[in-house]
Amino acid sequence: MAREKITLQGASPDPALSGILKLAVMAVGGQGGGVLTGWIEDCARAAGYAVQATSVAGVAQRTGATIYYIEMAPAGPRTPVFSLMPAAGDVDILIAAELMEAGRAILRGFVTPDRTTLIASTHRALAVSEKTVPGDGIAKAEEVLAAAEIAARRLIAFDMDRIAVEEGTVISASLFGALAASGTLPFPRAAFEAAIRATGRGAEASLRAFARAHEAATEPPAAAPEPPALPPAKTPALPPPLADRLASLPEPARDLATAGLHAVLDFQDPAYGRDYLDRLAAIAARDSAAQGFAFTREAAKYLARAMAYDDVIRVADLKTRAARFARIRAEMTPPDGAALWMTDFLHPRAEELVSLLPARLGARLEGSPRAMRLIDRLFNHGHRLRTDRLWPFLQLYLLAGLRRWRRGMLRHRREMAHLEDWLAEALAEIDRDYPLAVELVKTRRLIKGYADTYARGLSKFDRVRTGARLVAGRPDAADWTRRLREAALQDEHGRALDGALATIRSFASDSV
Amino acid sequence: MAERSFAEEVKKLRLGAGEQFTGEGILAITKALLENSVGYVGGYQGAPISHLMDVLADAEDILSDLGVRFEANASEAAATAMLAASVHYPIRGAVTYKGPVGVNVASDALANLASSGVTGGALIIVGEDYGEGSSIMQERSHAFAMKSQVWLLDPRPNLPSIVKAVGQGFALSEATNTPVMLMVRIRSCHVTGSFTAADNRPPPLTVRDALSNPRSDYSRVVLPPMSYVQEQDKIRNRWPKAQAHIATHGLNERFGPADGRIGIVLQGGMYNGVIRALQRLGLADIYGDTQVPLYVMNVTYPVVNTEFLDFAKGKDALLVVEEGQPDFIEQALGAILYKEGAGPVLHGKDMLPIAGEYTGQVMLDGVEAFIRKAAPEMLPAQVRAPNSAAPALPDLAKTVPIRPPGFCTGCPERPIFAALKLVEQQSGKHQIAADIGCHLFASLPPFEIGGATMGYGLGPASNGAFDGGGERRPIAIIGDGGFWHNGLSTSFGNAVYNKSDGVIVVVDNHYSAATGGQDVMSSRAQNRSKSTGHPIAEAVKGIGVTWVRQVDRTYDVPKLRAVLNDALTTSHEGPKVIVASSECMLNRQRRERPLAAKAIAEGRRVEKPRFGVDEDICTGDHACIRLSGCPSLSLKRTGDPLRDDPVAHIDQSCVGCGNCGEVADAAVLCPSFYRADVVHNPGPWERAMARLRTAIISRLQARRDGRRAAQAGLA
Repeated sequence: MAREKITLQGASPDPALSGILKLAVMAVGGQGGGVLTGWIEDCARAAGYAVQATSVAGVAQRTGATIYYIEMAPAGPRTPVFSLMPAAGDVDILIAAELMEAGRAILRGFVTPDRTTLIASTHRALAVSEKTVPGDGIAKAEEVLAAAEIAARRLIAFDMDRIAVEEGTVISASLFGALAASGTLPFPRAAFEAAIRATGRGAEASLRAFARAHEAATEPPAAAPEPPALPPAKTPALPPPLADRLASLPEPARDLATAGLHAVLDFQDPAYGRDYLDRLAAIAARDSAAQGFAFTREAAKYLARAMAYDDVIRVADLKTRAARFARIRAEMTPPDGAALWMTDFLHPRAEELVSLLPARLGARLEGSPRAMRLIDRLFNHGHRLRTDRLWPFLQLYLLAGLRRWRRGMLRHRREMAHLEDWLAEALAEIDRDYPLAVELVKTRRLIKGYADTYARGLSKFDRVRTGARLVAGRPDAADWTRRLREAALQDEHGRALDGALATIRSFASDSV
Repeated sequence: MAERSFAEEVKKLRLGAGEQFTGEGILAITKALLENSVGYVGGYQGAPISHLMDVLADAEDILSDLGVRFEANASEAAATAMLAASVHYPIRGAVTYKGPVGVNVASDALANLASSGVTGGALIIVGEDYGEGSSIMQERSHAFAMKSQVWLLDPRPNLPSIVKAVGQGFALSEATNTPVMLMVRIRSCHVTGSFTAADNRPPPLTVRDALSNPRSDYSRVVLPPMSYVQEQDKIRNRWPKAQAHIATHGLNERFGPADGRIGIVLQGGMYNGVIRALQRLGLADIYGDTQVPLYVMNVTYPVVNTEFLDFAKGKDALLVVEEGQPDFIEQALGAILYKEGAGPVLHGKDMLPIAGEYTGQVMLDGVEAFIRKAAPEMLPAQVRAPNSAAPALPDLAKTVPIRPPGFCTGCPERPIFAALKLVEQQSGKHQIAADIGCHLFASLPPFEIGGATMGYGLGPASNGAFDGGGERRPIAIIGDGGFWHNGLSTSFGNAVYNKSDGVIVVVDNHYSAATGGQDVMSSRAQNRSKSTGHPIAEAVKGIGVTWVRQVDRTYDVPKLRAVLNDALTTSHEGPKVIVASSECMLNRQRRERPLAAKAIAEGRRVEKPRFGVDEDICTGDHACIRLSGCPSLSLKRTGDPLRDDPVAHIDQSCVGCGNCGEVADAAVLCPSFYRADVVHNPGPWERAMARLRTAIISRLQARRDGRRAAQAGLA
């Protein structure tokens, strides 16, 4: 998309021009922008306005960014000459049906402080480029909101999508409600509602969403955008001995240690929780208050992640919990009398199954390609389990019950060996290069997922460690390690990581 | 059945004289055709005129009442060839397609038609897909008018002007025995407005009548020596006649003061943009009363030399506003002025950009630059020296992600490309050629499958150089739309004849989906007036493909992957064709949703599937998204302080297509996906069993939860 130069002029030099009201809708294909445009047009025409709407149809509307444009003026004996597209610095009302589309509108100069009322839904429909990043690629909403505050003459921003979804309709209805409430169009509320009613089918739900959005938009001051709803922190009461030990940890690490302790308790048993606290206490003893216990804080987080690893038992346990059944029911909202089926998709490979065996037996089997092939032939295919049914549920339930033998299993030995290794390497740096030690602990973030994804994570983790060893001892070692980790999270195959590693190798070999 | 129904709107086509028509541009054009005694209509869909085809299809009853034949042509070439009916018979015909790609396809027929010349008015309505919102390469249809000597109308973009242009176009065509192209831009097709209707007029001679009195005249056939005569006729007779007709009937317009030192020459389609620029500069009011003289070329080819010279007389400087490149009009006007020996300074692409759409800001900058140079005294003081500096805005260029179009929620094409991506993960990257259609979205992330597109129906043909085979077979993708448009002969015939070793995947979603869900020959839906239900697999077998695999549920990713692997490794000689069929989800939902809602309301049993993600099992690697890109599969932050990355999340827009489960399975991804089926109105037995199961399962769950709590208490 060509970016237009942003030029801001004062209000239009010709007073004759102020008779035209200009309104643009920036939406994502499929959001009902056409319906909204139709309503606005009907509304204006019914009120005796000359109005013209344009849109871009076709492939552009298949989930892509799209734009609708409306101009209107009081009807008279002569028809005004309306423009067919919005121009930078010349839009009175900008309706953005998604937050980044508001950003796009600002970027294109359609939102200017001298004239534009910006009506934006703060919800996000993530673009593909934000979603495919293995790490966190979500665009920064606060930047767009901050820009909107400056760019718009007036800003009406709240989550209009949620209202629409809750009322069982599409965002066009709540956008229309916010537009009516903004008072920017010279029509009474009844005129807006009449336009909705005229569409017939689905009008009731649309009217409800319209009313709620109208109310939300009139509430002073414009509601700050709500962050994504956070579930209440899981804090079942801890038995006193564990709570006391938590309290003895350095204050900066305590909140994460609490969350970590809950995670490992949930994963295994109280003894495992004590093990976690022992390890953490040992780490804190090596850490320094002068550094604000940053190392212990990160260790509290990643140690818990490393101890509560993602194995088959954990999956089976989580899949069979009552809380999960309740959550799915809440999400799917089956009406009274309706049944709810649940199908889970499991695809265990020989590696995962063998990792459940006692460590020595498992290791022996793993050494035999024939045995592994046989196991694969027997089990390595997609399993669809109707978890709401008794027998499939029992399979998972019993699998989850293997938890009590977990400590003897091959997977556990592996995970613990890896954990020791990782922590030891990080701790080794704590006195020499504190920031590097912290970065090394954080590297653990790269290990996640199952099967191939897990293997890829491990490989990235190893590559970052290799790189960290190359720069260890340099003053910028921590910085480089951070950069390596961030590069590793940028793409699936670690191309950015390999590039960063190549850079490191080039200067590391120079200095040797 | 097309994506958008105009069943309601087409009633406006019955409006009579004096009644007010209010609606969209395409509907207005259709109304104008009926008011002007059109005898037959046709075309090929494609943005921005897809809806014109939809309107015609939905208006079939009205058309047949008037004795007008509607043909949904197989391609733009077929549509233009149909205008042959106007060569010998005094019947008005109109066809529509998008430009310039449709005009490319049509150019063979267009050149023949133009050479033969017409008796009845022949009108081609070209939707010029140029600028923002366009889906094709950026070129102009103008060149075709010039090379074939076809007249090109580019009316001002408002309903009365466009409607008037239809009548003018027919008259011009008949007066000069020449086909006429009527160009409408992307936004003009969907611009809304009003005009005063006239009565519909049936054609004086219908195509049925013509069949009873067949005519022929070999002087119209494009063969030597007639073709030489036809060339001379175009240049010596039709051209000057056209110029005279345009001038006499005032097809071009002048606005503003009769005299002035400067003037603007513009394409009709640029009129509203130029007026807006002048308004913003304080040189015009909202009704278009301008202080700068305008010469509006509603006919952009041919140029009427005398008319233009008359406008130029006495002026010091002219600005040509001509969108797109090359600057055919500016060159022509420059040549006219030069040959005249003197006259004003000609500006155009020195003030305005050579390439790209003339958006509001571009137009404002260009017109302002021109006036500042040629007549600065005309500008109001504030424009001459603006006193307010622009406030600094934070730069969001790096924040706001691009959002190109992509596959819809539940699209059946997604699993095909997931399977292909999995095949490539196994056996390496392949040479993959794409075609035109929704499937081309696969060339974008997250799939990045397909490196080039050479035109509609040409995907497999564009792999021709690789037909001999090599270490890995070349793959070509083509949609069902492309298959029937041009693919069967040009791509498949080519592959069979040349013993191609390649693999061809036909993405068959039962419609011409990218253009708005129109039926094609292989559509499985019943169509009242067209013949559907001709399987693609049978067609390719019929022309000699012997390795054909039909996959009837594209969501079966493991199966698709197996078939693809088979095609890539079989020792079979000749092209390997896989027809992957599943109905376009947009169409399917539109059909099924109301039925399901009705069934639920009536108390019948309905299963409604939807997918979900267990957020505590998802680890936030997003591998599933890299094999999907579905709009309903998104991310959310968990609020868990132990986790850095957002996890996958499926929102309520999920239609339960099944792709997520299939991909998680085929790619051995992760166990966090689940499918939840809400069973509405279950039977009594089903209800009892569910209750029993729930009771037992709840007991087991309570037992384990209790133990966990007890254990924690012991610690």
